[in-house]
Amino acid sequence: MVPSYVPLSYYLLLSGFLFACGVVGFLIKRNIITIFMSIELMLNGVNLSFVAFAAHWHALAGQVFVFFVMVVAAAEAAVGLAIIISVYRTRETLNVDQVNLLKL
Amino acid sequence: MNPNLNPNLNLWVIPILPLAGAAINGFLGKKASRAGVTAVALFFSGAAFAWALVVAARFSSLSLPYHEFFAHWIRSGGFSADFAFYLDQLSLVMLLVVTGIGFLIHVYSVGYMWDDPSYYRFFSYLNLFMFFMLTLVLAGNYLQMFIGWEGVGLASYLLIGFWFTKDSAASAGKKAFIVNRIGDFGFLIALFLLIKHFGSLNFDQVFGAVVPLPVETADAGLLTAIGILLMVGACGKSAQIPLYVWLPDAMEGPTPVSALIHAATMVTAGVYMVSRSHVIFERAPLALTVVAIIGTLTAFFAATIGIAQTDIKKVLAYSTISQLGYMFMACGVGAFSAGIFHLMTHAFFKGLLFLGAGSVIHAVGGEQDMRKMGGLKSFIPVTFGTMLIATLAIAGVPPLAGFWSKDEILWKAYQVSPVYWGIGVVTAFITSFYMFRLLYMTFFGDYCGAQVDAHGHSSHGHDAHGHGEPHESPMVMLVPLMILALLSLVGGFVGWGNHFEHFLAPVFGAGETAGEAATSITEWLLMGVSIIAAASGWILAYLLYCKRPELPQKITDSLGSFYVTVVHKYYIDELYAVLFVKPLIDGSMRILWQDVDRKTIDAAVNDAGDGARHVSDEVRHMQSGNIRSYAGWISAGAGVVIAFMIWMWMEAR
Repeated sequence: MVPSYVPLSYYLLLSGFLFACGVVGFLIKRNIITIFMSIELMLNGVNLSFVAFAAHWHALAGQVFVFFVMVVAAAEAAVGLAIIISVYRTRETLNVDQVNLLKL
Repeated sequence: MNPNLNPNLNLWVIPILPLAGAAINGFLGKKASRAGVTAVALFFSGAAFAWALVVAARFSSLSLPYHEFFAHWIRSGGFSADFAFYLDQLSLVMLLVVTGIGFLIHVYSVGYMWDDPSYYRFFSYLNLFMFFMLTLVLAGNYLQMFIGWEGVGLASYLLIGFWFTKDSAASAGKKAFIVNRIGDFGFLIALFLLIKHFGSLNFDQVFGAVVPLPVETADAGLLTAIGILLMVGACGKSAQIPLYVWLPDAMEGPTPVSALIHAATMVTAGVYMVSRSHVIFERAPLALTVVAIIGTLTAFFAATIGIAQTDIKKVLAYSTISQLGYMFMACGVGAFSAGIFHLMTHAFFKGLLFLGAGSVIHAVGGEQDMRKMGGLKSFIPVTFGTMLIATLAIAGVPPLAGFWSKDEILWKAYQVSPVYWGIGVVTAFITSFYMFRLLYMTFFGDYCGAQVDAHGHSSHGHDAHGHGEPHESPMVMLVPLMILALLSLVGGFVGWGNHFEHFLAPVFGAGETAGEAATSITEWLLMGVSIIAAASGWILAYLLYCKRPELPQKITDSLGSFYVTVVHKYYIDELYAVLFVKPLIDGSMRILWQDVDRKTIDAAVNDAGDGARHVSDEVRHMQSGNIRSYAGWISAGAGVVIAFMIWMWMEAR
């Protein structure tokens, strides 16, 4: 149970802050692993807002959704790290600016 | 009226027989021998004639009109049009004329077309024509009639352009088809009006609905509109002013085709259609007047052109237009049975004239210019004899067929207006003149066909005969000539004592026969005048073309530019070319093709394509392959969406 003296807006502000940190990290970092971690940060920012709303409205759906997000994030981490390893093996770098063979 | 009272005549067999013949010859004829093709063509057209005769024999025992349902066709809401047949006195006359003359011309064609490499194709088309023509005359509703109407147009197109390797024949076929389209447009609109206002195209239902309607004397209304539109259709098919221009060109087709389609049967379809719709016309006096005026003008106008033509078939073509004008004059004055009477006798003598002309052309090796003929009387006596009979008949010399029917028309026309009668008599004089001119130029004087070879006319499939002496045609061509000559001699007597009119009276109503006994002296007087007209035309032609052959040249010289105008058919073709054809072609080329199609439609499509290419050329640089720039775009997009939502929220407050 969320103590009643912590208002919803605090959670949302924290959630937005975490999300923004993720976005900024995603945009400015060049290392793929850091970018990956930024994505996790964004996901968890969203998760926080989910549980906050769920607690606020006494609705279970938000909690359930968080579990889904976690499962997907775990799967994504497994696949993503595998991709990162294979990118490193072929390109011998983790700098995203040099992983740009797809461009026109 | 109860159809159960009538025996089943199986009328559907009559059109189907020639269709079967057309299919067999069309699909299998190429491999078959000439004898096989001949047997198929003659059997199926002859069988149709035989069946028509059987129908005629049982005719008196029928309760008329006889209806025969064949198959459902269109059923849509309250509207229905079936494949159904309709037989009354009028269709019986047409049926016998079409199958009878059709069969004779099939026989004749065996001789005429024997040397043609596309022998089977010719008979396939000819049988196909018979099918459509019979569909037309036996139809039980306007829509089925329209099928036949279009079908004979198709057959006509195919047969005019039969020698399609010749450019003039191909374009003559196209001309006939296109000019007929104009008429068909009017016909179609009339059918739409009928459907809209009467909800049906069946003859019984339409006429049943029209009969109670008042005569549109005071102001023109629906029936007048329908009548005039039907007349537009008839003008196209029956070559009346202003749509007659295709018929003279149609003479590019083989001569039996000219005889069957462009003289005896198809071109009379308009007369048949107008007569069939007499209920509508009788209630629309204005439409009737239009019919009468068009008919009278055409009769006179075409006859004057006929005087100056030198191509034997062109003379006959203009003569046909002129005679069709007589028929429309008859319809226009309400004398439908007289029109049909003239239709029948005209089929006899004009069919004969064309077949005779074919025999002449055959004799002189494909030459059609009368100035290169002459003196053929002794070479081809049978052809001459039959042609003489036909000429006497068309000129209106009693007691041959043409006299009776033409006199009937003139008498009826006189009762309505002496103006029609006056023009009709003058036309009769001109007719007599140009027909005897044809006869004298072709058969009398000295043969002057020596220089034929230099001329380009001999490409008619008869080159194999070579030249040398003009020779008589084979019996297979002469027998139809003789039969038609006999019909031209005696065919008019069915009109004796108004028998023909009484026969058709159940169709057209008895009203026409009223008041004839009272003025019989006038009738005899008028008859005398028309005989004098015919005789004086003959005498004039005799003086000019037999007695003093040098005179016509002097006369034409003194007439100067007027004569030149007549020789060039009053420059009507040229006028149409300037008024309609050239604007149409120029408009299509410049406006529709260059401006609309190339500069608007094509340009729009091309510019859209080019624009898409240019825009994407710029936009593709967004795909840099740089993950962070993609992320930047996504974030920017999300930012825009969020900003928009905030703005919406602010607005809503």
